[in-house]
Order: sequence, then C-alpha cells, then structure tokens
Amino acid sequence: MLHIKCPHCGMRSQNEFSYGGDATIKRPELGKEISDQDWDNFVYNRKSLRGKHWELWQHLSGCRQWIKVQRDTATHEIFKTLKANEEIS
Amino acid sequence: MTQSFRLESGGLINRDKKISFKFNGKNYFGYEGDTLASALIANGVHLIGRSFKYHRPRGFFGAGVDEPYAIVQLYRNGETEPNIKATEQELFEGLEAKSVNCWPSVNFDVGAINNFLKIFLPAGFYYKTFMWPKSFWYKIYEPFIRRAAGLGTASIKHDKERYEHKYEYCDLLITGSGPSGLASAYSAAKNGAKVILAEDKSRFGGTLLTSEVNIGNQSGKEWADSIISELKEMPNVTVKNRSQVFGYYDHNMLVMSERISDHLPKTKKYHPKQRLWYIRAKEVLISSGSIERPIVFGNNDTPGVMLSSAAKEYMKVYGVLVGKKPLVFTNNDSGYETAIEFKKNGIDPIILDTRKEPQSEIIEEAKNMNINIKNSYVVVAAQGYKKVKSADIAKISDNKEELGSIENIECDCICVSGFWTPTIHLASQSGNKTKFNEEIDAFVPGISKQKEKTLGAANGIYTLEETLKDSFEKGNQLSKKITNKENKVSFPNVVEKKSTVHDKFWCVPLPKGKNYKRFLDFQNDVAVSDIEIALKEGYRSIEHVKRYTTLGMATDQGKTSNLNGLQLVSKIENKVVPAVGHTTFRPPYSPVSIGAIVGREVGKHSKPTRKSPMHSWHEKNNAVFVDAGVWLRPRYYKRGDENLFEASKREAKNVRTNVGVCDVTTLGKIDIKGPDAAELLNRVYTNAWLKLPVGKARYGVMLREDGIVMDDGTTTRISENHYHMTTTTAQAANVLSHLEYYLQLVWPELNVNVVSTTEQWAGAAIAGPKSREVLKKLFPKSDVTNEGLPFMGYMEGDLFGVKAKIFRISFSGELAYEVNVESDYGYFMWEKIIEVGEEFGIQPYGTEALSTLRIEMGHVAGSELDGRTIPYDNSLEGLLSKKKDFIGKRSLSRKAFAAEDRQKIVGVVPLDKKTSIPEGSHLVKDSNAPLPNPKLGYISASCWSVEHDNPFSLAILKDGKNMIGEKLFVMSPLKNKVIPVEIVSSHYVDPKGERVRS
Ligand SMILES: [Zn+2]
Repeated sequence: MLHIKCPHCGMRSQNEFSYGGDATIKRPELGKEISDQDWDNFVYNRKSLRGKHWELWQHLSGCRQWIKVQRDTATHEIFKTLKANEEIS
Repeated sequence: MTQSFRLESGGLINRDKKISFKFNGKNYFGYEGDTLASALIANGVHLIGRSFKYHRPRGFFGAGVDEPYAIVQLYRNGETEPNIKATEQELFEGLEAKSVNCWPSVNFDVGAINNFLKIFLPAGFYYKTFMWPKSFWYKIYEPFIRRAAGLGTASIKHDKERYEHKYEYCDLLITGSGPSGLASAYSAAKNGAKVILAEDKSRFGGTLLTSEVNIGNQSGKEWADSIISELKEMPNVTVKNRSQVFGYYDHNMLVMSERISDHLPKTKKYHPKQRLWYIRAKEVLISSGSIERPIVFGNNDTPGVMLSSAAKEYMKVYGVLVGKKPLVFTNNDSGYETAIEFKKNGIDPIILDTRKEPQSEIIEEAKNMNINIKNSYVVVAAQGYKKVKSADIAKISDNKEELGSIENIECDCICVSGFWTPTIHLASQSGNKTKFNEEIDAFVPGISKQKEKTLGAANGIYTLEETLKDSFEKGNQLSKKITNKENKVSFPNVVEKKSTVHDKFWCVPLPKGKNYKRFLDFQNDVAVSDIEIALKEGYRSIEHVKRYTTLGMATDQGKTSNLNGLQLVSKIENKVVPAVGHTTFRPPYSPVSIGAIVGREVGKHSKPTRKSPMHSWHEKNNAVFVDAGVWLRPRYYKRGDENLFEASKREAKNVRTNVGVCDVTTLGKIDIKGPDAAELLNRVYTNAWLKLPVGKARYGVMLREDGIVMDDGTTTRISENHYHMTTTTAQAANVLSHLEYYLQLVWPELNVNVVSTTEQWAGAAIAGPKSREVLKKLFPKSDVTNEGLPFMGYMEGDLFGVKAKIFRISFSGELAYEVNVESDYGYFMWEKIIEVGEEFGIQPYGTEALSTLRIEMGHVAGSELDGRTIPYDNSLEGLLSKKKDFIGKRSLSRKAFAAEDRQKIVGVVPLDKKTSIPEGSHLVKDSNAPLPNPKLGYISASCWSVEHDNPFSLAILKDGKNMIGEKLFVMSPLKNKVIPVEIVSSHYVDPKGERVRS
C-alpha cells in the first residue's frame, strides 16, 4: 500500500485516495474547433509509461482535493506531490 | 504411552505441567512449552504423514518454520484448520491433530502405490498425464487428484473466531529476536526510538537458545532474557512473540500476523484469535537469521532424516532425543555441535564429514569427547521405509565424484548439515536485488531498495561477535538519525568457539546400478531426476523450471530446497549459481489464515449499511428490503400472502389511480453555490442552464468526455446563486468527484462550491392523480394549485412546523411531488403524509413499483444508462444543446455515434400479451437462424404494465428508430425461452406527457 503525501493533509495511506490518470493531459478549450485526432488523443490515447509519471489522485476520504503526484510506475517511488493549482515543473 | 525419547532433565519446557493431546486418534502426553512435533518425537512418533505426490512416509525435518512436510490437520475447540506445521503448533490441553494426505490411514496408504508407479509421475506430470483423453478429466483425473493430493481440508463452516487489524507506525521495525535483533533493538531503544521487535516463535532469543556461547559473562539464553525483560519495560518499545512479519510491501509497509490464541485450547472471551498488523516503519532491520541446508542423498526423505540444527533444538529446547543411534552427516562444523549435544546426553553419535582434514576448536572438542568421526565420508542412501533403520555410507574421493565401497551401518536418525542459507525473503520482497556470496554459497541482500538493512546470519554473517558488533552499530546509527539522541551501549565480551570453512559439497552421487530418489523439495516431492527431465525437455529459465517441476512453490516457498535446486540447475547447465539466478520470493513468507487477512469485515460488516430516516417505519409496515448499492430500500410492502409480483402491481396501480408515496432519500443530492454555478451546470449538462429562473427545476443529462451518458437528474434553482442537484442513487459519489475534478483542475476560474447533502435531506415522492389533494393537506398555507406550483416548479413550505422543500417533479409519469425535509424530521414527515393521505387511498410503494411506473413511461434509469449508451440511444437527443459546448459534446460527432442505424430505446410487448420477458434477453430477427444468431439488441428492463395489464419491456435495439411495428423474437438461452414480440414506442403510457402537467 502506497503512502501518499497530500499537500493539504500530509502523509496518508493509499486507501484514502482514488486514482485519476495522467496529470499532464489538458482538456481542450470549450467551444473551440478540434480535429478528430486531437480529440481522440485527449479522450482515449494514453501512454503507458514505465518510469516517472505525473498523475492525478483525489484525496477522496480526506480533504477531497485533487492532487498531482509524481510517481515511478515501476518502483512506486513517489518523488513529489502538488496541489491542483500548482504547475508541474 | 511413555515418553521414551524424553531426556531425564533439561530443555525449556515446564515439566511440572503435563498436557494431554491426541494424534490420529491416539492419546499422548507432553509438557507445557512443547510443540506438537517435540511432544510426538518424545513419544517415539516419527511417522506423521504422506508426501504430496508419491505418498511416501513423512516425518519431521525441521523444528520450526523451516519444516517442509510435517503438516497436520488441527482440531481445536470444535473447529478444524488445515496446513498446520507440527513444528510450529504449540501444545495445548486437548489438542487433536490428524495426518493429511493419507487414505485410508498413515500406516496403510493407498496413494503409496504412486511410489511404485513413479515412472508415470515425472516432472510436469500435471501437464502431461492429466491432459487426455478429455473425457477422463471429470470422472477419473479430478476425483483422483482431489483425494490423493492437497495439504488438508478447509472447514466449510462459518469461522466464529474474531480476527483484528491494527495499523501501527514506528521508527524501527526489527524482524526476529536472535542476537542481531536483540542487539539492534536494544541500542535503538536506548536512543529513544520507537521500536517494534517481532519474534515468530513463542520464545525470544533465536539461536541464542541453542548455541554454546557466552555474552558478558552470561549464557546466550540468559543474555537474551535480560535484554528482553529490559526492552519490555521501555515505553518506546513493543516486543511481540508469536508474531511473524511475513510481507514487505511498498513504501516501507510491512505486514505481521500475531497469533494471539492459537496456542490456547480456546480463545479467551473478547480476545481475537489472530491480529494482523499493518506497520509503516521508518527503518526496517531484517534479523530473520538463516536456515540450515540439507545435503542431497538417496531416500533423504525417509522419516528420521532431519536437519542437524533441528535435532539440537529438540534436545536443548524441548529435552527430546530425535534418535538414540544418531548419524550426523555434515560438510561444516555445525554438525559437530549437534553431535556434542548428543554426547553430553549420553548418546554416541557417528559423524560423517565430507571434508578431508578439517581442524577447528569445535572439531577438537568433539575429538576430545571421543566422538567417532569419519572424514571424507558420505551417506549414500537412507534405508528403512517408515523410519530410518540404517544407512549406506561410503568414502568419497577428493574430487567428490567417486564413491568407495558401500558399507551399511545401523542408525535410527540421520542429522544433516549442508551449511546455512540466509533467510532473505523479506529483503527480496522489498525489491532488494540480492547478490551471490561465494564464501557461503548462498544469496545475501544487495543494495537496499527501501529503508531496509539486513543483519547477522540473514546477511551471511555467521559469527556471534561480528553479528553483535554490526547490529549494535546499525541500531545505534539508524535510531540516532531519527531521534537525534545517542546513548551508546557498551559492547559486551563475547565468547564463542571458532569454526573452520565448510565444504561446498551438496549432493551425493548415485552409486552404480542404484536409482535412489534424491529429493530437493520435500514439500512438493521434487527429486533430482525431475529437474534433470525438465532441463532435458528444454526448460532453461529458473522461473520456468520452478513452475514445471513445482520446485520451491506452495507454502514452503523453497526454504530448504531453493539453493540445492539452483546448484543442480547450474551444474547441469554448466553455469555458476548467480548466473542461474533465483526465483522471486513472494509474500507471505509462510501461510497466513484467510480470517486474519479479512479481519472484522465479514458478513454484514463487509460493507456499511445505509438506512433512510424512515427505515423503522418501513420495517413496521412489512417492507421487504432490497440492496441498492449500500442502501437498504423497501422493495415492496407485503400485505397478507402477497408475493413480490402481486404487491408491486397493487402499489403501482394505486399510484396510477389514487396516490402513492415512495422513500427517495437515497437519491444523491449536491448543494451548489457560487456566482458561477449556472455556468458550471451549463458546461456539465447537455442542455441550456443559464436562463433557468429561481424557483424552477430542470431535468438534465450529463455525459462523460467520451460521449457516454454518465447520469441524469433534476436540478433546482433555489436562489440566485444556489442550486440543488439530484443524482441517481448509484452515481451520487461519482458525480460529486466529477464536479470536483472540473472545478479544481479544469476550470479553477469558476467561483463555485459543491458539497454532498445526500444525508442531510430525507425525501418522499408523492405521486398519483390525487397527490395534489395530499399536498394541500400537508401544506394548507401554500398555494399548490397547478398555477401556484406548476410542473417543474419549486417552493418552500411549512409542514406542520417543519421547513420543507417542495419540488413538482415526476419519475412515475403521474402528477407528482417530491418533498424534502431535514433528515431528523424524515420520520415525522412520512407519518404525516400517510396520515393526511389516508382519505385519498395513499399507499407506500417500493422500488419494484417505482421501476414498473418508470418503465411503462419509458423513463430511462441505471439499466439503460449503463455506461454503454449515448443520449440518442435513450431518446434524449432533444436535450442536446446546439448553441453551447458541454462535457462530451465533441465525442457525439464521431462516426459511430452519428450512424444512421444506431441503436435506440424501444418498447417490447409479447405477441401473446402474457409471457414475461427476462431482462438481459437478446432480440433477434429469426429464432431459428444458425448460431451465432445475429443480435439486434437487448432487453434492458421488464415489468408488468399496470396500465395495459400485460408484460412490457424496454430494449436498446439497433436502428430502433425504424423498427416500431416490427415483429422480432426475444431469446433467453439462460431461461430457455423464445418469445415472439412486437416493437412499440418506449412511451407505453401517456406518450404526450399530459399527466405530469395536469
Ligand atoms: Zn488531503
């Protein structure tokens, strides 16, 4: 079980969180024209990365905030966690 | 029965307390402090079971967790448990155990015929023998395997014992209380660190209990006792015996099983049987010690062949002799310690040492005691069937390949020592890539992966002095870093006997003309010949060899077999052991009961149960409940002898003709506030929301980004910047997370707050042509006329002094209202509705009638919004705004979603107007078409239409738009039904929707 540092609450056990996928995907702007390919990339196409990966988790049974977590998908090492409004650097 | 193998004195058992127990129906006695194994050996019982594959007689091989095959079926306090190691089970009054793998009995075993048919049971026999002919499987192979194999029988009774879970945090977790565990725990504790010291056995001290050493002028055991009692007094230290750390998981989380009551005849009141600890440790010190390795020789599985360390432990801890004519077969000095212990107890052992001229302090001592030592000698084969009777021995050449002439010597046990294997399971589980240590011929942990360090014998350090020094130091260093305190412990004076190098010899060659079985894996009956076959057949990867031959699998996890298996593979393959590599060690290190893993979450505690504030009223009025997610909802209210069908029909009909009331508390409710609330709704829902006036409700559908319908419900504008959203019962939690996702991550600029208020409101739906009459009585001061409160209108009202929200919305398709009050007034509201509604014939209705009403109206619900349908499929395309963008809109223009003949919701009526249509059935054009019969659609929901008094179903049908009036067949292979049907509109009742507006 992972140990995740919620930027709002501190170190918490994985079972308080739910997983939310790739954190680097940006939703296309509302009302803007977009090609089928770009839309498909947003909705469906995900890289299944081995290694460092920024992903979203929601602290569901805690503060309910969505957070960004940099995790190694192979080793589960967590390097950094950010609040929703903090930019990935 | 006399304990003929019990020594006159000695051991750590309590000879003042006799304990009676039963094995295979016979009565025996042992002492307090015995294990089942030590007590049986004391009574001269060496035959304990039969082996897994060949059903060969099995005795005891080890004295603890290392035991591969002394496994019994245990009976305790009316319950039974399989897979119990006799060497680990502590004796208690009234204990009962039985052999496994024996039929009809341990002494006469039908399966032993396998032993003579072993030519048919080679490596991979599961894969080869039982494959064909196919028809043999159910009748012959499976029953045969089920009877002949397996390590006991699981109870099918409900387990009445209690198991607990505990979460703990500590600075240092130390796994094992031998010299390294004690030393590191002690120095860390002195520095003020929060320490957990876990010991698998009942006694603390590990090898200190059996070795002849001196620490600070005390015996090893005395020193261990004094350290433990000091640790127990310290408030920052938790010391646990009977507690095995069996798994090392991510982020330094380890799991430990504490056996609280297994050693007692009966679990004490309010005590759990076992407790599972989830421990998050800052640092982990692995002090799990090492396990003695067997040497491989002919018939080395015969009862009476055992590890020399086990023989010593039985003498020193339990005061029990494993034999009276012992042979010690060793390639290192450890065997001498066992021989010396025999000699001290008046028994004359013979030592066979594979080494030519070894010299050390220990060997010198053995010589001085006049112990018979034969150098360059090996055991070729054990003789005897149910117990060792003699041994074929021979001199072995310097290159260890040629055997001299075979001599037979009488003996009743063979104590084997092939040197020591560090217990690296936990280190390996942590992700540590282990490395091969040439000096000890075994793997040791490499570079730490997580926050773990390995100490002492587990790290391949086999001298006490070095172990203690290293462990004191590591405990001090690691704790100092955490506590910033140092309280250094002075290093005690250590006296131990020096030993010399071991011989890397591990397997005795077969003499000419002999074909003895030489076992590597005792639990799974894997012999040298099996590995040879596997390699001949082309298996190369050690992971494949493991699975094909079952070497190192199952509950044993290769504790005694792993390294010898690798030695063999590397020898045949002409590789060095590290090049072969070892298989993955997986948790648990040794078996953990399922009960402990499940903990308290069993039966009705496996999930929470949610009840509405009106629950007790429903109970009092004969409601039959149904699980709706974790909610309990009334399915119907039983009157007299009614069944589900009759009751729900009555309830639904009463709604259509009079008025009914339904508990809708379970609906998800989300409170939405903020200046941008309307904008959020406009983006989340497919229809327009910016112009909804205050005091009005609107029906909305929300999509996922992929265009699939996520949920539907009504949202009401309570005031300028305040909305009340409802969701379906099932999707309530998901919709809240969905809104939070967009507000926090995608559109943080929107000034809106959302919060779940599902529990805060109790809800009642009042539906039917007479519902307005009921409402008038409930809210005499409010104007609830069609003008005052029109369809989709909202107002607040005073319900006999309680503030209420009144929504004029309808799921049943009738004139209907939903009234919400604060949860604490829910029961009051409900009683009032029933009371004032009586004169209008009000009846409560459950989820079954609720479904009937919505199905015949063609209102979609969870069975249509099932994660596979888009708005068009549900005839909700009218709610798609063309003017604005919303979540998922772009996906709807994808080719498949815009196809002309796309699936659409329709109604289905059986041609005979009688036959009920099973939900989930398929719709086909031709019921006699060859298989696979092309499927046109499926039945999503079925009911008995109370309006038309015949069965009616909803279906999602390909090209549904153009299918109205068609005749098709419903097929349910599951229910063996073929029903001719007609496709009709999904709006089977009031297609114009006049009633809701009346
Ligand atoms: Zn949090």
